[in-house]
Amino acid sequence: MSEAVIEKQESLFDVSQNGASQEPLSKANGKLKRTTPKNAQKLAAGHREISVSEFFTKNRHLLGFDNPRKALLTTVKEAVDNSLDACEEGSIPPKISVRIEVISETRLKVTIADNGPGIVKSQIPKIFAKLLYGSKFHSLKQSRGQQGIGISAAGMYGQLTTGKPTIITSKPSSRKPAHYYELNIDTKRNNPEIVKEEDVDWDFAKTGTEVTIELEARYQKGKQSVDRYMEATALANPHAEFIYTPPDGEEIHYERETKELPPEAVEIKPHPYGVELGMLLKMIKETKERNLGLFLRREFSRVSEKVAEEISKAAGFEPKSRPSRVANGGVEALYKAINETKIMAPPTTCISPIGEELILKSLTQKIKADFTVSVSRPPSVYRGNPFLVEAGIAWGGELPQDDLVSLYRFANRVPLLYQQSGCSITGAVVGTDWRNYGLSQSRGALPAGPAVVFVHIASVWVPFTSESKEAIADYDEISKEVRLALQECGRKLSRHIKRRKRQADERRKRGYIEKYLPHIGIALQEILDISEKEKEKVIGNLAHVLEESRGGAAAVGADEVLPLEDDELAKEDES
Amino acid sequence: MVTKKKEPLVKKIETLAKDVRKTANEKEAPQMDFPIRALNNVSYDSRKGYFQIGDRVKSRTLTFNTVKTFAQTLRMVSESKKLIESDDIASKREVYYVSKGWGEAKFDEQPESDTVMDDIEAHFGVNREQLRFMPEEKGGDVMGKLVIIDQDPGTGRDIEIDCMRFGSGAYSIPTLVEHLKFKTSAKFILVIETAGAFQRLVKHNFADTFNCILVSMGGVPTRACRRFIRKLSDDKKLPVYAFTDGDPYGYMNIYRTLKVGSGNAAHINEFFCVPKAKYLGVTPSDIVRYNLDTHKLKDVDIKRAKDALKNDPFVLKHKPWQKALKDMIKMGVRVEQQAFAKHGYNFVLETYLPEKLENPGAFLP
Repeated sequence: MSEAVIEKQESLFDVSQNGASQEPLSKANGKLKRTTPKNAQKLAAGHREISVSEFFTKNRHLLGFDNPRKALLTTVKEAVDNSLDACEEGSIPPKISVRIEVISETRLKVTIADNGPGIVKSQIPKIFAKLLYGSKFHSLKQSRGQQGIGISAAGMYGQLTTGKPTIITSKPSSRKPAHYYELNIDTKRNNPEIVKEEDVDWDFAKTGTEVTIELEARYQKGKQSVDRYMEATALANPHAEFIYTPPDGEEIHYERETKELPPEAVEIKPHPYGVELGMLLKMIKETKERNLGLFLRREFSRVSEKVAEEISKAAGFEPKSRPSRVANGGVEALYKAINETKIMAPPTTCISPIGEELILKSLTQKIKADFTVSVSRPPSVYRGNPFLVEAGIAWGGELPQDDLVSLYRFANRVPLLYQQSGCSITGAVVGTDWRNYGLSQSRGALPAGPAVVFVHIASVWVPFTSESKEAIADYDEISKEVRLALQECGRKLSRHIKRRKRQADERRKRGYIEKYLPHIGIALQEILDISEKEKEKVIGNLAHVLEESRGGAAAVGADEVLPLEDDELAKEDES
Repeated sequence: MVTKKKEPLVKKIETLAKDVRKTANEKEAPQMDFPIRALNNVSYDSRKGYFQIGDRVKSRTLTFNTVKTFAQTLRMVSESKKLIESDDIASKREVYYVSKGWGEAKFDEQPESDTVMDDIEAHFGVNREQLRFMPEEKGGDVMGKLVIIDQDPGTGRDIEIDCMRFGSGAYSIPTLVEHLKFKTSAKFILVIETAGAFQRLVKHNFADTFNCILVSMGGVPTRACRRFIRKLSDDKKLPVYAFTDGDPYGYMNIYRTLKVGSGNAAHINEFFCVPKAKYLGVTPSDIVRYNLDTHKLKDVDIKRAKDALKNDPFVLKHKPWQKALKDMIKMGVRVEQQAFAKHGYNFVLETYLPEKLENPGAFLP
């Protein structure tokens, strides 16, 4: 664990000092888990040391603290992510409470409590008051994307803006009292400073953790609000229960739809197609394997002995070649060889979808609509990384009729609230022709209509466009899957909309028979002086004639996807 | 008046109803045909002298889209039959209100009921007065050397109305004029667009001086006004001269409708127009000749003139009118009847009209 900490710190310093692209940071986060401390220390020796607070202040935009509004969201997000992860790791169906209180015009207090396994006393100060310390690092396993540098960053933001310590209460055992801490970060040395500690009673759950941070922040409603985040998070985590108390309102309770936890995602080794040249170089330099063949087979997934041999030979080596020999000038050939060799797609067991049924339940329960559809696509692969797309649409009911639909984007169950227009999910929604499915849509815009569109991408490695992790990069494979999922939802939706339209039409036309035919009867009776019986007979026959004429229109198959019959509507408007 | 035998129109109405019933009982969709009433479905033969309706028809077959209009049409037809049989009349507005008792089949606005009424007229090839539906509009004002013989509504006895004895007022043309008889020594009928110009001529005893009959149309002549002038001029063999504003509206909408009828009433033009009418003025050449003050043509005037040159069968038949409209477009101006006041209030009746009337042969057709 400590090795990873150092590695991470070093990368961050690179960023802060030379202002280079954020790429090294993200890659380091993701894939370099086998860095040795020795190497890292060597590298680090060349750098000037800066304090974490200096680093933080310079990079707060990367970490999600650009402005008071976003600072609040990031703080809640970090804490809720931690809580969900903790509960899932402890196999406990999560119950999470989020409360925001107003301290002054520019100052809020955020308290997040969970029913997770709790944290042992000795770990508490490090987890909450030492930057870059955590139990979780990115491996090739589906996980909630960690925003910036975690909950301790939120604590530090609070400390820098209000001078108040982070308050933690954690109860790892149901039989013992909870540990209470007030912690500051020593910003020079990046170490926890204990302001106060004691044992207290805590009754939110049998075990669990509660964090309180006071910070300079602003609470505001809207698409990028904590309200929306909570709603979206509840949608994508139907196994969790949320109790949310906004500063101005009543407690909102999001019930869980299932007690079953999502299956734990399995960790996998990288697939050869997903590795970039620089990464390959690093891996081969650092490998402990004796030869190239073993390196390929053991450090990647889906590389058999035969495939390893094929790759080796194509690169001009033998499986027996020493890795150091390859590292010395042969990596480019190896990289090329990998990409020219046919390799089986990676296993997809490492992905944990929400599931069609739960998305359906979740949307039905949490959105006041009258029709809901959902689709879970089979897993697919982009650049060697398995991923899976899920989509859902809630339609009608109390949703606003004429607005653009609201789009809920998710990556590994985490809602994406910023950079909607730069996200390939949005691109796929806009690029789908919704007019085929009964919604209206202007060119290059989201569709309009009473609908909520839900899109979730689950992957071991979600390709974000930038380190702020708010938008998904445009990979053809991903966009295509999103489109297919949306189209499938769209087809189901359009069947529903058409059925509704047909029923309304039906009622209206049935109404015509009852409203107007009697008047034809009355007129004929007046003019021809016919009997009541004769009049009813004529009306009956006319009704029959009309029913017959409608037969033609109703015969259009219920299962066909056709554009709405605008022509027919137009005709009726004229008369 | 008691009906002894069925009027032909009642028979037609019954035939329509029987057809609907028969078709319905054969499990077929009933259908009604209506001649299309528009300028593009009329022809003009200058010897016949009026716009004749063409043979294009629209069919209204009973469907979900037409069922409401279908019901309304039949109910209005039935209403007409009741009126004929009880020798009563109903104004267009009253008919609209009658429909308010038809529940869901009622008309929301009067234009809807007027349209259905026009369709029924066209279907039966009769005018709405025969259906016993009366317009609200006034027929127009008359004064001059004319005695009208009408009936006293109470006693049914003939009464004579001397149109020289209204003082500064005038005789008002009724909606039904078929029963009127005339006595006159006048030499011609002068038909005037505006009440203002009419008043001036009345005031200065123009009818007596020139031994004529003056009719004020007040804009586009109503059917009754057209029918009255037609009947009077036919009965007494009098020429008819029209005096309107010198603009495309005065030429086309007023004079042309007076002379040959309109597209919308194409099915009844035969009786409701005055083919022998001639156009006195104000013509484009009068503007120059009398040095009149003008206004610029509005866009809508220009459009109306160009439309007429292109589509109006009447203009297409008469070269002098084509020239007049083209001259007007070229000059870019229009002139009002009152423009003669520039030369003195009575210039119009002392100079302009007398000079024009010296040479009726020069009038526009």
